[in-house]
Amino acid sequence: MTAGCISTARALTQGRAAMAWRRSLLGFARVGFFALACSVANAQTAGSADSRRSGFDFMRPSTQAMQRDDTQNPAMLWVKDGEALWLQKAGQSDKACATCHAAAASSMRGVAARYPAIDELTQRPVTLSQRINLCRQNHQQAQILPLESQDLLSLESYVAFQSRGLPVVPPADPRLMPFVERGQQLYSRRLGQLNLSCAQCHDQLSGQRLGSSPIPQAHPTGYPVYRLEWQTLGSLQRRLRNCMTGVRAEPYAYGADEMVELELYLASRAKGMRLEAPGVRP
Amino acid sequence: MARTLINMPASAKRGDVIEIRTLIAHPMETGWRPGSDGKLLPRNLIRRLSCTFDDGTGKSPVFSAEMFPAVAANPYFAFYMAATSSGMLSFTWEGDNGFAQTETAAFTVA
Repeated sequence: MTAGCISTARALTQGRAAMAWRRSLLGFARVGFFALACSVANAQTAGSADSRRSGFDFMRPSTQAMQRDDTQNPAMLWVKDGEALWLQKAGQSDKACATCHAAAASSMRGVAARYPAIDELTQRPVTLSQRINLCRQNHQQAQILPLESQDLLSLESYVAFQSRGLPVVPPADPRLMPFVERGQQLYSRRLGQLNLSCAQCHDQLSGQRLGSSPIPQAHPTGYPVYRLEWQTLGSLQRRLRNCMTGVRAEPYAYGADEMVELELYLASRAKGMRLEAPGVRP
Repeated sequence: MARTLINMPASAKRGDVIEIRTLIAHPMETGWRPGSDGKLLPRNLIRRLSCTFDDGTGKSPVFSAEMFPAVAANPYFAFYMAATSSGMLSFTWEGDNGFAQTETAAFTVA
């Protein structure tokens, strides 16, 4: 025997809280409107001190520790995968991402912080994952990766990881404005059988609880995130679809115009907040 | 091959206690969840993680753990080892459907 001192071991067991969430939405719909009338807080009206808070601040210390420490953060598995994909040649052009963009650490620094942005070819806003696919299509002449697929999420988290700590800087492109406005309308539009809008929970009731879960302020600073409820990594659009099924609405498809507009509006709200990608959320 | 992250110091002073952290990508499917088609997803678990240390004179166990359906996807384990000699650590995960993966890491006692 040379080395054998075992002292402790920790295995993560995470509660699966989806059921409780659905149950609590029901009760919430009943009492929500009274609370709404009483509420005067608005997350968007930042005074001299910024009242905006990342979803990180609403988490338990144990979950925060998981995000802070890269050796505990399961999303780093995807970042590692993304790094391998970055260097891997694909498509008929026989180019890898690295062939044109070289080292991601310098070339991709700050990129995730300014997406969604206008695609010059189509003159429409695209999200970071759509941008990756456009690059694959046009420059690598490779098959596009299905939205929300493992490989695309890996590349997206690898690119987003390079912007960690940087402030969100939505481009001041006038062509984006109509899309941001439409996103804002979608954000405050009532949806689904529960007839709730994003704004009703995430602006007017943020900081309060929906069942046992705190309601965050809807600032997408950590995406793509490793969500404990999902037991995997997912995009902002997956998270948005979660809320939509939560209010019993038909969710928009991945990559739908509405999704891009919502992402744009959320990015404009989070302007100046620090990116934490890839985050961990409960 | 599943992706793994193993985090530990590459070297330490004799007598130090080092922390070893391991993370492996695995769905840890319980066998109790229905898929989108309503049918049960087949069980797919990692059953065991074992870590051994080989300093050239033979292998000795450092840590082992059994895993069950309540363990979350992408299981993370952290454990400690006393630094007594240089050698090679080997980590083996074994599970359902013949899942087996071994990673190694060198460790030096200064």
